[in-house]
Amino acid sequence: MSDFEPKIVAFCCYYCAYSAADLAGSMRLQYPHNIRLVELPCSGKADIRVILEAFERGADGVYVAGCLEGDCHFLKGNIMAKRRIKQAKKLLDEIGIGSERVEMFNLSGSMGPRFAEIAEEMTERIKKLGPSPLNPAYARKQEAADKEEAK
Amino acid sequence: MKSGSRLEKLLNQGEFVVSGEIGPPKHANGEIIREHARKLKDYVDAANLTDNQTAIVRMSSIASAVHVMAEGLEPIVQMTVRDRNRIGIQSDLLGAYSLGVRNVLCLSGDHQSFGNHPTSKNVHDIDSIQLVKALKDMRDEKKFICGEEIKENEPRFFIGAVANPFGDPFEYRVLRLEKKINAGADFIQTQCIFDMERFEKWMEMVRERGLHKRAKIIAGLMPLKSHKAARYMQKYVSGMIVPDEIIERIEKADDPKAEGVELCVEQIKHLQKIEGVAGVHIMAVNWEEIIPTIVEKAGLYPRPKVL
Amino acid sequence: MIVAQGKPIAEVAKMIEDANKILVVGCGGCVTVCLAGGEKEVGVLASALRMLRKKEDKPLETVEVTLSRQCDPEYMDQLEKYVADDIDCIVSMACGVGVQFVAERFDKWVVPALDTKFAGGALEHGVWGERCGLCGECVLHKTGGICPIIRCSKSILNGPCGGSQDGKCEINPDVDCAWQLIYDRMKSLGKLDKLLEIEPVKDWSKSRDGGPRKVVREDVMIK
Repeated sequence: MSDFEPKIVAFCCYYCAYSAADLAGSMRLQYPHNIRLVELPCSGKADIRVILEAFERGADGVYVAGCLEGDCHFLKGNIMAKRRIKQAKKLLDEIGIGSERVEMFNLSGSMGPRFAEIAEEMTERIKKLGPSPLNPAYARKQEAADKEEAK
Repeated sequence: MKSGSRLEKLLNQGEFVVSGEIGPPKHANGEIIREHARKLKDYVDAANLTDNQTAIVRMSSIASAVHVMAEGLEPIVQMTVRDRNRIGIQSDLLGAYSLGVRNVLCLSGDHQSFGNHPTSKNVHDIDSIQLVKALKDMRDEKKFICGEEIKENEPRFFIGAVANPFGDPFEYRVLRLEKKINAGADFIQTQCIFDMERFEKWMEMVRERGLHKRAKIIAGLMPLKSHKAARYMQKYVSGMIVPDEIIERIEKADDPKAEGVELCVEQIKHLQKIEGVAGVHIMAVNWEEIIPTIVEKAGLYPRPKVL
Repeated sequence: MIVAQGKPIAEVAKMIEDANKILVVGCGGCVTVCLAGGEKEVGVLASALRMLRKKEDKPLETVEVTLSRQCDPEYMDQLEKYVADDIDCIVSMACGVGVQFVAERFDKWVVPALDTKFAGGALEHGVWGERCGLCGECVLHKTGGICPIIRCSKSILNGPCGGSQDGKCEINPDVDCAWQLIYDRMKSLGKLDKLLEIEPVKDWSKSRDGGPRKVVREDVMIK
């Protein structure tokens, strides 16, 4: 499955992760191109419905990156986000997509290298998990596995 | 005389009464009840038959009472309001009386979540105080709960109720007892006493309001078999206080069972000295056979005769 | 309000397994307030069901709509245009009332997506507690504003029972003993003497025991 390139959506808070991404860029840090950034005014804006929509539209993984706990611009947005991710994980398990495909991260705007690291970490994780069951690549992979077994 | 039961007569004679408790079996053979009854009948004046205690399905208390009577022991039928509505309760009471039952003890009943049918529906159409009143109205007013007259052969029970000196709110416990007595309770059985200090405080409040003169207060006791049983009750049985000293005493003993008997005998002797305590009720759960030993050791054997 | 809670997705998925196109109907009343069946939850459920079915290679089409209320025929009219011939099943995200109103109105297979829990209110954000037993004859004036019918596990009217300890109910240390609350309140109001009166047996015929109930107010009827 080395050729599998996952689609990962990162919902990033404007005050931390999004700035950290900028910083990573200006520091010329490399991070996987699998990450699609979506800017949010706060990680607390990450709605479960939106997270599900990302998966429904073909994402193999989703993560929300918010400020360090205690540092939210809106006081508790990142705490709310954390709880919602927990609920989203429960739902994803129920649906059969898998809770491992969604995650919450916390970092500050000055943590450019950490941003790259998270992107790397998440990409590795999703690569290991393989395509989302909704991804056409998933069916191809299953087929291949079945053939392998038949042999 | 309200009911003419042996228990009522002995209490009126001023005797210090002793009652026991028999838990009906979880099957349909009454022999085990008869066996307990044979062993207990010379040592206790009457015995409670529990009504699906801790909400576990067992032989009905009324049917069990019939077995007990067949062996010559007087039953006290427990009746909870958990499993029957006012129609079922009154009907069962008429039936119990027709079979010779004369003593009834009214209770709320443990919540069904404790038992073996936790998904069942509970009834609680009436509460235990309303049940006491219903029994009194049937006997003294010759009326059913609905107000309709009982034209003949009304059931004339000796009415019992329970009181828990260890439940909360403590200050209200005595007032609620008064409410039960106002409703018509003739005798009161208390929750198992381990915390004697609190019980004495409670009795003091009972005497202050003169309640011991209006109803016979029978103190509940439970002989302890092991410290584990005591610890379990301390932790998990609601509305019970078991002081650590008691648990430690049983735990340290070489023969915990003998120590449990000893403790119970001491408690009986102590209770006999408290003004207003008209007797003891010994709840030896799954240990009914120990009751004769305790009664003998406490100097309460032989039991008095009805004059 | 009526407090409800979503059923597990798999349970709802099982109910609609034969359908190819469903109409998911939310309710703007109580279940929106208790975050169980409003517009947002409609979106989440529809999305979850679509994905589940896509995964099974049996795609599901969903139509989402949220009515102001499902317990009122007026709003039900607005649903009509969505109930097309190709809708195989209507999933109602209202309380049991809404589900039945939808089923009464439309000749379609209607299924519930929520479990209707109780009449209660928000204790804090995300926590709801039961408050009313809907017994049909309120007794709160006798008990200091605390309902013994529903907040006492045994609905005792002359409480507390022997299982009350440290202010908690015997069934669970997380449950307050309603009669401890009543006692405390009556005491602080200086009305303890009221608790000494024996409350007579309750007329349960005014509750569900009298059969399905109906309230008729001729003064506000139009027809």
